[in-house]
Amino acid sequence: MPYPAYMEESIRKVEATRAERLKKGPLPRIPEAEREALVNKFHPDYRKEEMRELKVGPNKGERTPREVADLLEGSSRIDPDKIDLGKVDYDVDVLVVGCGGAGGSAALLAEENGASVLISSKLRLGDANTIGAQAGTQAADRPNDSPAIHYLDIMGGGHFTNDPDLAEALAKDAPDAIRWLESLGVEWDKEPDGSYHELSGGGCAVRRMHSCRDYTGLEEMRTIRDEMRQRNMHGRKIDWLEFEPVIELLMDDRGQVAGAILMNLETKQMSVVRARAVVMATGGVGRTHIQGFPTTNHYGATADGLVLAYRVGCPLIHMDTMQYHPTGAAFPPQILGLLITEKVRTLGAELVNCDGEQFVHPLEARDTEASAEIRECKERGKGVTTPTGEVGLWEDSPMVDIIRGEGTIARELPAMVRQFARFDIDMIHKPMLVYPTLHYQNGGIKIKADASTLVPGLFAAGECEGGVHGRNRLIGNSTLDLFVFGRRAGRAAAKWIKEVKPGKLTLEHVRQWQRELKEAGLESMPVSPMLLPNYARGNRPVPGFVPLGEASEYTPFGDRAVRWI
Amino acid sequence: MAEVAEKEKVQMLDIYVMGKRYKVPEGLTIQTALEYCGYHIIRGCGCRAGFCGACGTIYNFTYDPTIRYALGCQKEIEQNMVITQIPFFPATEAEYTIEDLEPEEGENKLLTLYPDIITCFGCNNCTKTCPQDLEVMEFMAAAIRGDIKRVAELSFDCLICGLCAARCPQGLQPYNIALAARRIYGHYMAPKSQHNLNRVIEIEEGKFDAELEELKKASEAELRKRYAAREIESAK
Amino acid sequence: MPYPAYMEESIRKLEASRQRRMKGEIPLISSDERDIMVRKYHPDYRETGKRKLLLGPNKGETMPEELANQLEGNSRVDPDKVDLSKIDYDVDVLIIGSGGAALSAALLAQEKGAKVLIATKLRLGDSNTIGAEGGTQAADRPSDSPVLHYLDTMGGGHFENVSELVWAMARDAPMAIKWLEDLGVNWDKEPDGSMRELELAGECRRRVHSCKDYTGLEVMRVLRDEVRCRDNIDYIEFEPAIELIMDDKGRVAGAILVNLETNELSLVRAKAVIMATGGLGRLHTQGFPTTNHYGATADGLAMAYQVGCSLIYGDSIQYHPTGAVYPLQFVGILITENVRGLGGQIINIDGEQVACNLEPRDILASFEIRECTERHKGITTPAGNVGVWEDIPLIDMIHGEGTIARRLPSLVHKFSRFNIDLIHEPVLVYPTLHYQNGGVRMDANSATEVPGLWVPGEVGGGVHGRNRLGGNATLDIYVFGRRAGREAAEYAKEVKLGKLTLDHVRQWQRELEQLGIAKERPFSPMLLPNYARQPSDYLADLYTEKLQPGLVKLA
Repeated sequence: MPYPAYMEESIRKVEATRAERLKKGPLPRIPEAEREALVNKFHPDYRKEEMRELKVGPNKGERTPREVADLLEGSSRIDPDKIDLGKVDYDVDVLVVGCGGAGGSAALLAEENGASVLISSKLRLGDANTIGAQAGTQAADRPNDSPAIHYLDIMGGGHFTNDPDLAEALAKDAPDAIRWLESLGVEWDKEPDGSYHELSGGGCAVRRMHSCRDYTGLEEMRTIRDEMRQRNMHGRKIDWLEFEPVIELLMDDRGQVAGAILMNLETKQMSVVRARAVVMATGGVGRTHIQGFPTTNHYGATADGLVLAYRVGCPLIHMDTMQYHPTGAAFPPQILGLLITEKVRTLGAELVNCDGEQFVHPLEARDTEASAEIRECKERGKGVTTPTGEVGLWEDSPMVDIIRGEGTIARELPAMVRQFARFDIDMIHKPMLVYPTLHYQNGGIKIKADASTLVPGLFAAGECEGGVHGRNRLIGNSTLDLFVFGRRAGRAAAKWIKEVKPGKLTLEHVRQWQRELKEAGLESMPVSPMLLPNYARGNRPVPGFVPLGEASEYTPFGDRAVRWI
Repeated sequence: MAEVAEKEKVQMLDIYVMGKRYKVPEGLTIQTALEYCGYHIIRGCGCRAGFCGACGTIYNFTYDPTIRYALGCQKEIEQNMVITQIPFFPATEAEYTIEDLEPEEGENKLLTLYPDIITCFGCNNCTKTCPQDLEVMEFMAAAIRGDIKRVAELSFDCLICGLCAARCPQGLQPYNIALAARRIYGHYMAPKSQHNLNRVIEIEEGKFDAELEELKKASEAELRKRYAAREIESAK
Repeated sequence: MPYPAYMEESIRKLEASRQRRMKGEIPLISSDERDIMVRKYHPDYRETGKRKLLLGPNKGETMPEELANQLEGNSRVDPDKVDLSKIDYDVDVLIIGSGGAALSAALLAQEKGAKVLIATKLRLGDSNTIGAEGGTQAADRPSDSPVLHYLDTMGGGHFENVSELVWAMARDAPMAIKWLEDLGVNWDKEPDGSMRELELAGECRRRVHSCKDYTGLEVMRVLRDEVRCRDNIDYIEFEPAIELIMDDKGRVAGAILVNLETNELSLVRAKAVIMATGGLGRLHTQGFPTTNHYGATADGLAMAYQVGCSLIYGDSIQYHPTGAVYPLQFVGILITENVRGLGGQIINIDGEQVACNLEPRDILASFEIRECTERHKGITTPAGNVGVWEDIPLIDMIHGEGTIARRLPSLVHKFSRFNIDLIHEPVLVYPTLHYQNGGVRMDANSATEVPGLWVPGEVGGGVHGRNRLGGNATLDIYVFGRRAGREAAEYAKEVKLGKLTLDHVRQWQRELEQLGIAKERPFSPMLLPNYARQPSDYLADLYTEKLQPGLVKLA
C-alpha cells in the first residue's frame, strides 16, 4: 500500500527541507554527558518497571526484562522421571544447538578438527537471524586500520563494559574470518582492483565493513549451509535434524554438559542425544517482544539457549540491556519492525521528524540514536502516526542517490528496494518511515576467549553469548562475532572431546531446578524454553476445552500402527 | 528416533516429509508412514481405502526431480522418496442447477458451463497426475467435442482428488468438468427405466399397504413362516 | 507384491476344485441353524471385550468396551467457560456429518424452505458412504415388491427389526432411486433403460441398484455437488460437533463445534439438529480392522446418549465377511458383496467351499471365523493375518469374459497396484468391522426421543435389527435422510426455542464424578483415531502457559 494522503503531506515537508540539509550536512554529534542523560531517560533499557530481579539461578538478584525473566525462571518441559536415559537416540562428539552463522561455523570447524557433529535446528537448517543481517561484517584489514583501532571502537561502542579478552579476540580474528568466508565462496563486494569495498558504520573510526550488497547475512548463510550440505553428501561426519529444537540439556555425574533432549515440533516425539561437547548457538531474543516492541528477529529467536544454559548453572552477563535498532520499518504494517540497515544512513540518509527537521546525527551509536527517536516522538510529539497506530520518523533515503550519484541505492540496497516496491513504495525517491525495533541481545551466556562457558562441556557462540560487545553492539560486529566465536567454539569443542572423560548421563539438574523454583515460590511459572511465539488469534489454549490430542486414553494398536490402514 | 523393535529385522527406508528426513520401516504406505513418524493426521485422510481422494500426494526422489503423484493411503513408500501433500488445491466450479442443464439444440453444455475448456492444448499433464490412471486428456478432448457420454464413461472412476487441476498449466479443472458431464448424462441422457417409474406410482397409490400392515402385525412365528416360504430368485 | 510362493499351493487347489464348485451349490442354512452359528462364532457373542454401561438411558446393558467408553466419556467442554450468548451461527437446521444421510437431509430441508448449516468433521462428503460399493436395494421390478423387501430385511435382522422403520424403508426405496437419478446419478442400466439389479446376501430378488462398484462414490459426488449448487445450504469443514446444546425446555437447540486445526470453538444455535454422524469402525471393537473411513468414531452416539437418547441394539456390530487381508496395505478394506452376488465363492486352504456365498453377513462371517480358528483351514499371510479365499475369477466363468473388469473396476484397479490380478487370481478375505447394526432409537422419520434431534443413517438404529443386509445401508441413508430433512424443516418453522443451556453437560459430569469413574473415562466424542506411533511422554504445552502444580498434560 502506498503512503496515505496525510503522510504524503509530511513527505512534502521532508522534500522541502532537503536542499538546505544537504548543504549544511548532518547535525553535530551529541556530547557524552548529554548522550548519557538522553539514553537514561528514553532508552527502553532504563525503564525500571519493565524489569525484574531474578530469584533463582546463577544471576539471582540481577535485573532483566520481565519477558526474559519469565523464561529464565521457567519450569522444565519434561519430567525427569519419565525420560529413559538408557535409550540414547544419537551419540556424537559435538552437538551444535542452532544453526545460524555461529552454529554453522562451529559445526564446520569442529568437523574439520576431527569431531562427529550433529546439529539440532529448531526450524530449517540456516533459519536464523543471520539471514536477515544486511549491512556487513567488520574487519580491520586496510592499511590505515588495525585491530587495535577496531578494539577501541568495540570497547567504546560497548561503553567500556566489554570483556577485553573477548573484544581482542573479535578484532584479531576478524580479517581471517573474512578470508575464511571468501574461501568458502562468499562474494564480498569488491573494487575493480580486487580490494574489498568497505563501508563506514556507526561508532566506527575507520571504514571497515565488508558487505555483499545488502544481502550480507543471506550470502554468508547460504554459503555456509551449502558447505555443510556438501560435506554431508560426501559422507563426512556432519549431520542435522530440522524442526527438532533442544528442550533440555543433559549433564553427567561429573558436572559436565553431556548432551540434550530434543523435541520434534510437529509430532512432539522426544530424542535423547549424548554428546561429549555442546555448542550453544541459539541466537537472539527478539520474539519475546520485550516491552511490546516489534522485532527484526526471525521466528525462532526466543532466547532458548539462555534458558538451557542458565538451567545448568551458566551465568549470564549484561542481561539488562537490549539493542533496539534505531531504524525498523514502521510502515507498511506487513513489514513492521523489519530491519532497515544502518547502511542507508552510512550512505547519507538523515533522520527527520514530521516537519522535515533533523533531530539527531544519523550515525550516533544505536542506543543513542534510538533514544533520540523515542524522545522525538514521545516527548516532542514530532512523529508520524500510521493508519494502524504505529508512530515513526522519516529516514530520508532519496538523499543517498543525490549525494553519491543516481543508481547508488539500486546497487547497494537492492533487497530494500525490492521489499518496499512490493508495497508500491519507491524508497529511492521517497523517504521510509522508521522507529526503533527490538534487534539484538547485547549480553548473554558468559564465555572465555575460546568460547567455552563456565560449565565444562558447554560452549557458546554468536548472539546468545555475551561480553563481546559490552552494553551495546556496533554495526557489523555481530556477523563478525558469529564467525569468530563460532569457529573458536568449533575448534575448542573438537579439542575438548579428545580430553574429556564422560560420566553417566543424568537429569538431576532438572530436579534440582524444579526444587529451587518451588522454594522460591515459582513452581507454577510457564514452561521454557519458549520455542516459538504464538501469534494465533484468540485465547490459547481455549479456556474450558480439551483439544483433540488429549482425547483418547487408549489407542488400540500400541506401537503397531502399521496394522491398521 | 529409536526404531520400533520388530520381531524380525525390518528394512528401514529414508523418506522426506515436507523436507524433513525420517527413517520408516518398508512396506508402509505414505499415510501410515506419516503416522509412524508420529503425525496425527487431520488434513489429508479420509476413507483410507483409495476412494475419496482426500490424500493427494506429490512426490519425487532425492535423485530424480520428476514429479509424481499418488494417493497417500495407497502408495507404498520407497527409499529416498520426498513427499508433500496437497489435501486441497484451489479450482473454480461453474454454478448450475441440474434441472436447468438440458442442452439446447446443438449446444455443448460443457462448453457453456466451462468455456475455458477450449484452451486445453493437450499437454497431457492431467493424465499423468491421475492416481486412478484415467485418460483425463482423452475426456477433456471429448468435453470439447461435446461428447458428454464419453466424458461420463472415461471419467467414471474419478475420486475428485484435485491433482489434475494442480498441474494444468491452463488452470482448467478436469474433475469438475467431468462431474458436470456425468450428472447431465445421468439425468438427461441415460435411457429412463420405466419399471421404476411404474413402481413409484404403484406405491403412492397404496398398492402394497394392506399386505404390509398385515405383516407388521404378524407374530414372529408367523413372520418366520412367511420368510421361509419366500421363493428365491436365482442370482444369475 | 503378488502372492508369496507358499500360497500358490492353496491357489492350485482352489483352481482344481472350480469346475466342481460351479456345478454344485451349497444350500443356505435355516434360520435356526443361523442362530446357532452366530451365537457360537460371531464376535458379538464373545464374552470378552464387553462391559455393562454404568449410566445413561441404557444403563445395565452390555456393550463392546470401546463403545461403552465413548458413551460414558467425559465432555470436552467445561460448561462454565462457554459463553452461550456468543452465538456464531443461527440457523433453522443444523446437520452434523456430511455423508449420504446428511446431504439427503440437507437437500430436502432446503427444499422445504429451511436455512441449513452442515458442520462436518473432515471434508464435505467424507463418510462411509463414499466407500460403499455394492449398491442400493429397491423393489422396483414387476416380479418384486416392497413386501418381499420387507420380509428379506426382517429375516436378515433376525426378526428383531422395528417393523415400522422397515416398512418406511421398503416403501420409500424406489422413490429414493428415482430421486438420485433425477439428480444425475448414473445407475447401471441395460440398453433399454431398465436398471441392472443384483442380488445380494439374504435377498430373494435381484434388487440392488449399483453404479459399477463405485456406488457410494458416484452418489456422494452428485449429492455433494448438488449441495454446493443450492442457495441456503452452507457448510463448514473440519469442524466436528463436540457437544449438543439444549434449551431449557429439554429440546435440542444447537451444538458446539471445534476447529480441528486451531481448536477454536464455534457455537451454533439451531431450531432442529440432524445428527448424521455415521458409524463406529475406527473404535476397532474386538480389535478388528475396519472398512470405515477415518472419522467413523461414534461421535453421534455419544452426543445423543448424553442428552438422554436411548440406543437400540447398540451391542450389535456387523463384521463384513469379506474384508481384505493381503497385502498389508489393504488390511480391513471392503471387498464388496457384489462379488458374491456375481458368484464369487468363499474357499478354504484346501480349495473347498466354506458356506453358501449368499448367507447374510453375520452368518458368513461366523463361518469364516470357524473355518480359520476351530478348523484351522485358513491361509496365513506373512504379516500374520489369517483369511480365506474369495474366488473372483469364477465370475468371468459364470457371466462371460470381461464381467469382472466391467462390474468391479475399482477392485481390479486397487489390487493391480500390488501386482495381484483379480481376473485370474482369488483374493484373501476375513471379517472386518463394517457396520453398526443398531444405534440411536428413532421413529419412522428418524426423530429421537428428545425433541429437536433426528438421527438418520448408520447412527440410527432399529431398521436393520441385529444384522443389516447388503444394499440396505445406502438405502437407509437416503430414505431416512430425506424424511429427517423434511420433518426437521417443518419442525423448525413451528418451534420457539427457549433459553440455551449446557446443564445436561454439568449433570453428566456430576454423574460421572458420583460414580467415581470420571478420571478413568476418556473424553468423547473421540473425533479421530490416533495412529501416530508412540504416545507422548509427559510434556507440557508448546506455548508459554501456566502449568498447574501436579497436573500432567499431554501435548
